[in-house]
Amino acid sequence: MNKKILAFLLAAVMMVSTAACSSSEPAASEASSEAPASSEAASEEASSEAASSEAADGEAAGGGLFAPVAKEDLKVGVIHITDPAEGSGYTYTHDLGIVGMQENLGLSDDQIIRKINVDDTDATAIETAMLECIEEGCQIIFATSWGYMDTCEALAAEYPEVIFSHGTGYKSNGTNFNNYFGRIYQSRYLSGIAAGLKTKTNKIGYVGAQNSDNAEVTGGCNAFAMGVASVNPDAEVYIKVTGSWFSPEGEKQAAEALIAEGCDVIGQHCDTANPALAAEENGVWSVGYNSDMALKAPKSVLTSTMWDWSVYYTKATQSVIDGTWDGSNYFGDMNDGLVVLAPLTELCEEGTAEKVEEAKAKILSGEWDVFTGPIEDNEGNVILAEGETLSDADITGNIHWYYKNVVVK
Amino acid sequence: MNTQKLSHEPLIRVVKRTERPPRQVTLLRALALVLSILAGGLFILSLGYNPIEIYATILSGAFRSKIAIQGTVKIMIPLLISSLGVTLAFKMKFWNIGAEGQIIAGAIVASYFALYHSDWNHWVLIVVMFLAGVIGGGIWGLIPALCKMKWNTNETLFTLMLNYIALHIVDYLRDGPWKDPGSQGFPKIARFDANVMLDKVLGVQFGWIVALVLAALIYIYLRYTKQGYEISVVGESTETARYAGMNVRRIVLRTMFLSGAVCGIAGMVQATGSDITLTDAVAGGVGFTAIIVAWLSQLNPITITVVSFLFSVLEKGSSVVQSSYGLSTDCADVLQSIILFFVLGCEFFIRYRFVMRKKGGNA
Repeated sequence: MNKKILAFLLAAVMMVSTAACSSSEPAASEASSEAPASSEAASEEASSEAASSEAADGEAAGGGLFAPVAKEDLKVGVIHITDPAEGSGYTYTHDLGIVGMQENLGLSDDQIIRKINVDDTDATAIETAMLECIEEGCQIIFATSWGYMDTCEALAAEYPEVIFSHGTGYKSNGTNFNNYFGRIYQSRYLSGIAAGLKTKTNKIGYVGAQNSDNAEVTGGCNAFAMGVASVNPDAEVYIKVTGSWFSPEGEKQAAEALIAEGCDVIGQHCDTANPALAAEENGVWSVGYNSDMALKAPKSVLTSTMWDWSVYYTKATQSVIDGTWDGSNYFGDMNDGLVVLAPLTELCEEGTAEKVEEAKAKILSGEWDVFTGPIEDNEGNVILAEGETLSDADITGNIHWYYKNVVVK
Repeated sequence: MNTQKLSHEPLIRVVKRTERPPRQVTLLRALALVLSILAGGLFILSLGYNPIEIYATILSGAFRSKIAIQGTVKIMIPLLISSLGVTLAFKMKFWNIGAEGQIIAGAIVASYFALYHSDWNHWVLIVVMFLAGVIGGGIWGLIPALCKMKWNTNETLFTLMLNYIALHIVDYLRDGPWKDPGSQGFPKIARFDANVMLDKVLGVQFGWIVALVLAALIYIYLRYTKQGYEISVVGESTETARYAGMNVRRIVLRTMFLSGAVCGIAGMVQATGSDITLTDAVAGGVGFTAIIVAWLSQLNPITITVVSFLFSVLEKGSSVVQSSYGLSTDCADVLQSIILFFVLGCEFFIRYRFVMRKKGGNA
């Protein structure tokens, strides 16, 4: 009797836990095989006392808020929402940035403490992960996902000697809790040019993670659509929203639905390569995001909008070593090399490279940026008159309208 | 006649055995634990790591410093409380698979006060939130019991499905009425005010004291009170209970309310003590692990305290293994499953034995 019950309970538990895990399945299957941190972390004795004492006697040297840290004493924590071993997408790209920083500065593997698969809605799991980094003696912790923000804020107050650097959010405290992000819309605009020139049906799909409440996704879609319009005024951009930053199945389905609507190029603002893979399966083209998705879907990707996070991670970590950390926020762009466009593939239409170069030169020169009027939304309202530009605050927080050629699906 | 019968007899039969002596049972369980550790070691070895190092890291990861021990205890709090909660129902053989939902329901009601009455006096607020957790979880436990009494619905399915309803209520509140107005459109519920947070005792929110007190209370309740006795009689046989003049209906309703209420406390403590906000990860599967913990511990609150602590050590330690060795946390789940496999397998051998088909005709 008891055996039956236990068997049932186990079955129920398994059923539910597999349901709960299904979103991270790709991570699970590849995990451990090439997790970059895998080399022996022989004896990582927590040197948190060292960290705190250094913070205490600091403030003078280097002109920053914290005392310099000897390079060999430095430890860097990273909190990832999924697993870099996925080989493409959001977390992979951030980890490439970390690895790049590690190479640039010559840090050893055991100086990087990676916490992977940290659910960004589970506040206790986030806190546990960050506290483990602090225990290991990290002087700076990079928190890569939006949902880590509130926990960063709270822990920054509790551990003033540790720096919390949070990606994509909007909170900071000016000392040991800052925010980093960049003008990814510049690259999206350029990728829109490639899409606009390629489309035959004049319907371009765009898989978005969040709806128009979210300025980052909406602004990114608008930049992409403006790039499309700059070379192909007849084309429309159909956006379909998944409602989640990381939803392998939802992203695939959204892409398939857009293809069924007649879209022959699929752009994306979400975490996995599934939209590009869906495009490849259906024989249409795509524009990737985060990492160079031509590596994943070589028969469909025209180009990818990419981050090179190593630019920021190197700069921030260097400033901790030098004692020049000043707690300011970071908003990088194409000039910094933080925001990049992947090499155009051979699938691009002829003449794409020239058009892209032309627009890129204008952006790099600083004389023009994407959100410059005239801009009209898809309900006929004038957002910006000729020559007006959006402020940074508006770009990051207030774009809740769609550009005139965008159709919400 | 014999030959015909033989051809139908299976090679191996499972037969319920007479009770083993307690010493033998303990020995078997210890053997299962050792075997599971060995099998887990083989698994680690097959991944190319040194099992002894990994096991040592699990232990040191859970205990190496004050922060680590505090982290371990923090994981244990909701697990212990909800294991105690489901135990009440299981003693009555009422299959409450809904701890997850009851945790969430308790957390939701408590969060209402955390969000909208954060200006109340700190201790008044905490008492109110505690009661809110009790009522939220209690009602979530009472619903399936009422339906079972009235329409004889299946409580296993009913409690299981209520989990998802509770989960989606959180999502609804997060995306709608309780959405953080300052979050620039991202769907989330705001972090609670500092006045709401449960105070820390020895560096951990005082939920751990609540958990230990509950363990003692429930131990006494089940073992030494009339109501506790009624629960076990109903669990053995409702007919016997009726014959003895017990009001089965009242006992079932009361016990399920208590079971849900205790789980609701787990939710309240987790939301206001650890998470400091309400998310759909507030239960995070703890309600299901609690079922395993409760049965592994033979529904004994003292054993539950120990087992839930061991589970927390494994979880906390595995997280450190992940960052130290780059070994995925999924491997910890595999280790946990291996241990469960052996321990549950051992329960089977305690109660049953195999009988081989005998040669010849004397079947």
